[in-house]
Amino acid sequence: MSQAAQNQRPSVSVQIQGLRKSFGEVEVLHGIDLKIAPREVFVIMGPSGSGKSVLLKHLIGLETPDAGDVLIDGHSIQSPGMLERYRLAMVFQSGALLNSLTVAENVGLYLTEHQLLPQDEIDQIVKQKLEALGLKGQEDRMPEELSGGMKKRVAIARALVIDPQIILYDEPTSELDPLIAVTIGQEIKRLNQENDVTSIVVSHDRDLAFGIADRIALLEDGQVLQVGTPKELAESKNEKVQKFLNASFQF
Amino acid sequence: MFQDIGEMLILFWRTLQSLPQLWRQRLKTFDQLFEIGNASLLMACILSIFIGGVLALQTGPVMVERGLSSLIGGIVGLSVCKELAPVMMAVLIAGRIGSAMAAEIGSMRVYQEIDALKTMNINPIHYLVLPRVVAISLALPLLVVFAIMVGWMGGALVSVYNTDIGISFTSYFNNLRSVVEPSDVVNGLIKSFVFAVTIGVVCCHQGLRTIGGPRGIGRSVTKAVVNSIVMILILDYVVTRILLYFNL
Repeated sequence: MSQAAQNQRPSVSVQIQGLRKSFGEVEVLHGIDLKIAPREVFVIMGPSGSGKSVLLKHLIGLETPDAGDVLIDGHSIQSPGMLERYRLAMVFQSGALLNSLTVAENVGLYLTEHQLLPQDEIDQIVKQKLEALGLKGQEDRMPEELSGGMKKRVAIARALVIDPQIILYDEPTSELDPLIAVTIGQEIKRLNQENDVTSIVVSHDRDLAFGIADRIALLEDGQVLQVGTPKELAESKNEKVQKFLNASFQF
Repeated sequence: MFQDIGEMLILFWRTLQSLPQLWRQRLKTFDQLFEIGNASLLMACILSIFIGGVLALQTGPVMVERGLSSLIGGIVGLSVCKELAPVMMAVLIAGRIGSAMAAEIGSMRVYQEIDALKTMNINPIHYLVLPRVVAISLALPLLVVFAIMVGWMGGALVSVYNTDIGISFTSYFNNLRSVVEPSDVVNGLIKSFVFAVTIGVVCCHQGLRTIGGPRGIGRSVTKAVVNSIVMILILDYVVTRILLYFNL
């Protein structure tokens, strides 16, 4: 077993308290309150511009709130050393792979840069993670040679190398065809069950959300409309919730 | 403008603080050194030979007219090593390497690669800025040494083969040797080191604060090159003044 795997820590809870954020004159988040339990697959849904991605960036400390806080296992994400204390990983919408590095170097970047293991062990772990995500033999390819779906899977492999306690996914199925979107959704669910990890997914893909979520929060204009299980949301009496969930092309 | 200067000073300070990380980042530093040398050497050679040449061409005939042809070597030698080689190489590097730095870091910022580094608890200053600033600070002085020698040769070729000047190689280099002191070369090297650090910090700073898409990257690259050149010319005066104070 790898040292990283031996160091695996249990998944943790996330609590968002009165989170507010403005960019210039525009207030994007109007006081968000949410509680996410350990090992939960929590999907944040909402139309474009509702503040989903901004909220996600607050959860990993990439944005600083104007008011309110994000607590990881009861500790503020703004307090120093949080990324050393807790293992948080994020899968970006574009994958955000480093274009100057190969697939293997991208996946092993965290371990290499922090010099956590000897290089041969890192290579082995990278190989394992890539194989687990159906990317065997892709180690030496450059990111620009990969399809959108492969890039997303490499980004997931890179997140898994950390042995995270929380994984944040930003629009994991955007720009993907429905078949690959289903595969990615299944991977998120499988990884959540196999790795004892709390998964927070931001998406506007209803099929994905209802397929993988333990609970869903629906956001509109920087406010939470409703939080509940997929069943509770489907049966919601809230007109706005129903409008979002039942939106379809009408010719 | 003042905010920019403040941010650049902070970036410079944080880069200095990250120097203990240099051994860990040595491979990236070597990559950058190779990149800078590979991209600039030929251009530096062409530029220097013509700088030396044009200097001899401008001063030579006037000196010959006044019977001072034996002083051409000294004038070209001193001008190239104290002023023209450091400044022109710095301008070349700002345009050739600084722009590439700003574009690369800028696109990493726009396409969230820097955010990805932060989520992996990898400090972008250690990972991106330090190797670039150190590499450019080593490469530019070396390039200036090369440019000085090639510039002197350019001046010699014009002084010998131009019919309006027509002095011998021996006369040119004898005068150059008697006028140019090792401290003059050191003067040029100190300047080039200051310019190199400035280019590195200015261009990395512009890259890191890039916003928007490809248009934002273009804007950052332009700003990085223009700011670098302005800073080089201002610092040229300031550093010259300081070096004169120390008799260098």
